[in-house]
Amino acid sequence: MSATLQTTVAKPSASTEAEGEVVQRVEVDASCRIPVLFFFSSAICWLLLGSLFGFLASWKMHNPGILDDWSWLTWGRVRVAHLNMVAYGWASQAGIGTGLWLMSRLCRAPLRAPGVTVVAGIFWNIGVTVGIVGILAGHSQSIEWLEFPAYATPLLFVAYALIGIWAVLMFVNRRPGHVYVSQWYLLAAFLWFPWLYGTANVLMQAFPLKGVTYGAVNWWYAHNVLGLWFTPIGLASAYYMIPKVIGRPVHSYYLSALGFWTLALFYSWNGMHHLIGGPFPIWLITASVVASFMMLIPVLTVAINHHMTMRGHFGLLASSPTLRFTVFGAMVYTLVSLQGVTMAIPVWNKITHFTHYTVGHAHLGMYGFFTMTMFGAMYYIVPRLVGCEWRSPLMIKWHFWLSAYGIIFMVASLSLGGFLQGSYLLDKDYTFKQIVEGTLGFLQLRSVSGIALACAHLVFAFHFVLMLLRLGRKGGEATYFNSPETGA
Amino acid sequence: MNSLPRLFIGIFVVFLFAWGGLVAMPYLQLGGLQPQADEEGNQFPPARDPLAEEGAQVYAANGCMYCHSQQIRPEYAGSDLGREWGVRRTVPRDYVNDRPVFLGTMRTGPDLTNVGLRLQDPLWHHRHLYNPQSMVNWSIMPAFRFLYKVQRVKGKPHPDGFAMVGDPTVPEGHEVVPTKEAKALVAYLISLKRDYALKEAPVTPTEP
Repeated sequence: MSATLQTTVAKPSASTEAEGEVVQRVEVDASCRIPVLFFFSSAICWLLLGSLFGFLASWKMHNPGILDDWSWLTWGRVRVAHLNMVAYGWASQAGIGTGLWLMSRLCRAPLRAPGVTVVAGIFWNIGVTVGIVGILAGHSQSIEWLEFPAYATPLLFVAYALIGIWAVLMFVNRRPGHVYVSQWYLLAAFLWFPWLYGTANVLMQAFPLKGVTYGAVNWWYAHNVLGLWFTPIGLASAYYMIPKVIGRPVHSYYLSALGFWTLALFYSWNGMHHLIGGPFPIWLITASVVASFMMLIPVLTVAINHHMTMRGHFGLLASSPTLRFTVFGAMVYTLVSLQGVTMAIPVWNKITHFTHYTVGHAHLGMYGFFTMTMFGAMYYIVPRLVGCEWRSPLMIKWHFWLSAYGIIFMVASLSLGGFLQGSYLLDKDYTFKQIVEGTLGFLQLRSVSGIALACAHLVFAFHFVLMLLRLGRKGGEATYFNSPETGA
Repeated sequence: MNSLPRLFIGIFVVFLFAWGGLVAMPYLQLGGLQPQADEEGNQFPPARDPLAEEGAQVYAANGCMYCHSQQIRPEYAGSDLGREWGVRRTVPRDYVNDRPVFLGTMRTGPDLTNVGLRLQDPLWHHRHLYNPQSMVNWSIMPAFRFLYKVQRVKGKPHPDGFAMVGDPTVPEGHEVVPTKEAKALVAYLISLKRDYALKEAPVTPTEP
């Protein structure tokens, strides 16, 4: 067992590792095995369920008569259930699993008392389940990204606080030495999310907010859950996986630091660009528009840093699944962030606001960037935890192409449809009938792209189950699409 | 950046900075906003009656705001006024009675800020909620039949009941009776009227 682990561990960096460090990694991987696999397994269950609900919501949009007899499956609840399943069930748990493993590896310290994180994980899943059932039963709070009814949120908060504390403790107990950029991002994410989630929920439930201050808290939270929770974890993973797989250090420490602090500073101010033209003081909206524009700095910094690290090694994209998913995610991160900057500019916002274009943007970020990056991380981490290699390069290939084409078609159809919808909305001579009929075809295309994504997830889930059952390839080198040129 | 205290302080300060700007400041500026009274003591925006307030919860439960916004942007920001969705832009004071507030970020359907002005007939709303396509044949709104009961007319028709001629879900001799939730939702929709003048949002009489 430990012999197979050792070979898989030593493989990817391909450099000569000191014997002691290899032993350390084996310890780290052993300590993370149960909790990280628990988070990954439950994440994948929610991904499948979330895909089903996403598809149903999408289909109902152009066929409103489907399953409309039962209040639990009315569009307005299914859509909300989809978002919360993929955000808190899938993405958060994939992020927690990846984050815990990365933190442990980078701190060169085994995860202590891993049982506690498993218990926290169980509570997290109970919290999400209770929240989803509550939404479907009609207890949604109708506050975007915070729909879980009040009785589900304390459970999630406590579960998360435990996980966060464990991650921070790992950082405290790290072996002395260099702190890597991924660790900054992870430490920040594990601290930011409970503060965000706690503050938003307390303000909305325990504190008598009313009127548009709700809107401000809503978008402060909703944008920051992306910017200060999912994005840092995705970037931490990309910062780790890219140098690791190609076997060379990250291009520039200074760019990494600049990227991290400017992201923290500017992203956190972005939220109000969802409210342009709304009933708010103009300074508030303007502050967010400016901060959105300033996002150019962290985004370009990270893009340059990753590109310079990759330079000369793009050939490896043909062989390494981890690298292919991660680099796809990192490139989409640049793209989606630049798109976000343009969408905050009032002239363009005028067209895209209130349309499917924004929905496309959200999917590009949460799927094209974050989810793809998480797939990349899982392809790297899982073999190290279960002690065998991914069984089939063909299945990974299918997963990648279905996901990649699926998300590209989804975002393309939503963007075009949304652009049309927005342009028509802006011209009062177009009737609402023309707008609805004009976007219908694009919504149907979006449903088709959703089928591709769901198929990708089924392939991946099947492959993952094979790994859990130890039915992967035993020993040998990591699973590549084709044999990489060796000698690196 | 190798020490936890330094990282922690940076991470915390950044969070606090944005919280102060986007949460605390708006609250300080707008948290104490009150309805505006005219000479006769009428409050604007007027308080909702309890049934309409209950309807807001039905609106929330069924996710209406994921297709329908409730905000009128000024002329420079969109065509909301041009589409006659409102007579003036909406301002923070319009929402002081709302908790939560359904500003919305999507317009798959039309804005509902003033739907109570455009469509004042409860029966229209009931028929529309029961079968949207029966009132607007190109609509992609889902039906909310689960908010209604279909029952045989025994003797005298139910006082709230109505007929849906030609609807396949309503057999002959049957009528559609709204549940309390449906009545609350319609009361809420009809209560959506933001046409009163506020000192920060005057209503300019439209040219005839």
